[in-house]
Amino acid sequence: MTAGSPQPRRVLVAKPGLDGHDRGAKIVARALRDAGYEVIYTGIRQKVGVIAELALQEDVDLVGLSVLSGAHLGLARQVLDALRANGLDDVKVVIGGTIPASDCRALLDLGVDAVFPTGTSIEEVVAGVDGLWKESDVAAG
Amino acid sequence: MSPAHEPAPVATESGIPVEALYSPANAPLDYAAIGDPGSYPFTRGNFAAGYRHKLWTFRQYSGFGTADETNARYKYLLANGGTGLSVAADLPTQIGYDSDDPDVTEEVGRVGVALDTLADAEILFAGIPLDQVSTSWTVNGTAAVMLAFYVAVGKKQGVPVEKLRGTIQNDILKEYVARGTWIWPPEPSIRLIVDTIEFCARHIPRYNAISVAGAHFRDAGCTAAQEMAFTLADGVTYVDAVLERGRMTIDEFAPQVSFFFYTHSDFFEEIAKYRAGRRRWARLVKERWGAKNDSSCLFRMGCVAGGSTLYAPQPHNNIVRIAYEAMASVLGGVQSMFTSAWDEPFALPTEESTTLALRTQQILAYETGVARTVDPLGGSWYVESLTDAMEERIVEIMADLDDHGGMVRAIEDGYVQGLIAEEAWKAQKAIESGERPIVGVNRFQTDEPPADMTIYGLDAGGRQRQLDRLAQVKADRSGDEVRRVLKELQTAAEQNDVNLMPLLVEAVEAYATVGEITGALRDTWGEYRQPVVF
Repeated sequence: MTAGSPQPRRVLVAKPGLDGHDRGAKIVARALRDAGYEVIYTGIRQKVGVIAELALQEDVDLVGLSVLSGAHLGLARQVLDALRANGLDDVKVVIGGTIPASDCRALLDLGVDAVFPTGTSIEEVVAGVDGLWKESDVAAG
Repeated sequence: MSPAHEPAPVATESGIPVEALYSPANAPLDYAAIGDPGSYPFTRGNFAAGYRHKLWTFRQYSGFGTADETNARYKYLLANGGTGLSVAADLPTQIGYDSDDPDVTEEVGRVGVALDTLADAEILFAGIPLDQVSTSWTVNGTAAVMLAFYVAVGKKQGVPVEKLRGTIQNDILKEYVARGTWIWPPEPSIRLIVDTIEFCARHIPRYNAISVAGAHFRDAGCTAAQEMAFTLADGVTYVDAVLERGRMTIDEFAPQVSFFFYTHSDFFEEIAKYRAGRRRWARLVKERWGAKNDSSCLFRMGCVAGGSTLYAPQPHNNIVRIAYEAMASVLGGVQSMFTSAWDEPFALPTEESTTLALRTQQILAYETGVARTVDPLGGSWYVESLTDAMEERIVEIMADLDDHGGMVRAIEDGYVQGLIAEEAWKAQKAIESGERPIVGVNRFQTDEPPADMTIYGLDAGGRQRQLDRLAQVKADRSGDEVRRVLKELQTAAEQNDVNLMPLLVEAVEAYATVGEITGALRDTWGEYRQPVVF
């Protein structure tokens, strides 16, 4: 990364599983694009393997999952496994959707970097995503 | 602390300007153009006696886990005063995957009931007489298969097919845009819908073959005017397709076409939306298609109160939102209603919250007196003026879609999706900036942690029981018979003038699975490819 003209970070916004509600995913995709990220949106009903493959091909820094069906725990686990299987351990993963507070901790324990449940504002999502690199940047000096 | 007074916005959510006062000076009434309730063009409602003739149907969307659990919930709802059933099927059932498909393990029984074969449908309706209870199915991609299930269960119960009552949503166009349970491309999908409309017109006269739905456009973010305009444009597409096949006149099937919407929070705009939509559809049926019977012009509709107007902070506020939306729906003249539960921003509702949602409708119907006289807002200078303005907007939006080459084209190239995404974005910004006040979200917020909630949990054993039953059905049926009927179905699917419904009934009666049937048709018709727009 050259000083002064950093490459924009690349984000894959993905809808795993069969749930077709993507109002939130599209709003987040647009908000992250407006915030300077390069955003790819998969469209709905993507298989976990396809998401992991796209993340590899597109060389993304972050995968943002959107799940409104209640299947967030199982799907997050599958996506994390598939990313690791593709050697993408460094890719950060965030998730949003209809997620009860009681499941947020469980998602973080699985290895998800941030959870954005119902009611999270655009501003909070963008700040939350920006913040994912703050700590590691500081650590790297 | 008393909040500062904020002036009310001077336009509705669809952007229709609103005056401070309506009177004969700026909103003179033309009663002849409005018409009486029960008379063309039905501005004031479908029936002369309004809800005195019959209350709307309290129809609570319900279904989860396996057919056994859902059957018990249905019996509970009926015992507590529910007057119709509404089947929520899980996503694999709606999209055509069997419960044993390895790609869908997380979804079996999750947002609705898992239905793989006729055996599940038999259990779903066990002890529920199908000649007495009407059933609505929010199923689209696999709607024809669910209709076949219903016909087959009716036969097993000894109910003559002409006595079955209910509705299949069966509206694929909005699935491509907003809800996502598509399977095949538009052309064969619309042909299958035409098959179901023909089948219902000939054999099940009291069954709505389609419920053209704007609800999902709306929850995806569009305005009230767009919701109605997109829905009517979809309705035009289906009716044109039936008439193009040339086997029925408009009067033979129009009475079995129904509609479905979301009622959101802008009270008078929602009322105007329903009144304007009803009048516009009546005019289309008479003027565009030349219907001879007034009954063909009726715009029979159901609605949901709730959806994306519910918010997570201070969640009990949702109870109040739903109640106002329910009242707007009734003042707009809906025929059936589903009231959401206040806890839906978090998870599937509990039995307690579902019951409260039903009670909301009962209080509205029996305590408030709104059903006492027909269309109580008819003749209001404001409401009639807003109805006229709404109809004008609807006509403009429909003309724009026509200019774009019609609804199918506008969906295939992502035009409609783009319009909706734009409105969703604007709405989100308006809420976050505080321009659109939402109590508890951007006004009167509190820092309290969310209330402790009992959230419905998925029964882990349910999926296994479903897999066991499916395996048993597959072991007991005749594989040869299934293969024969699926082969026949594929051959018929290649011929556009053959009605597939009788073969679908035959297939489910042979205990072919939903996945096998849709898979056979996918092999013949291919799969839809979504344009990605944000």
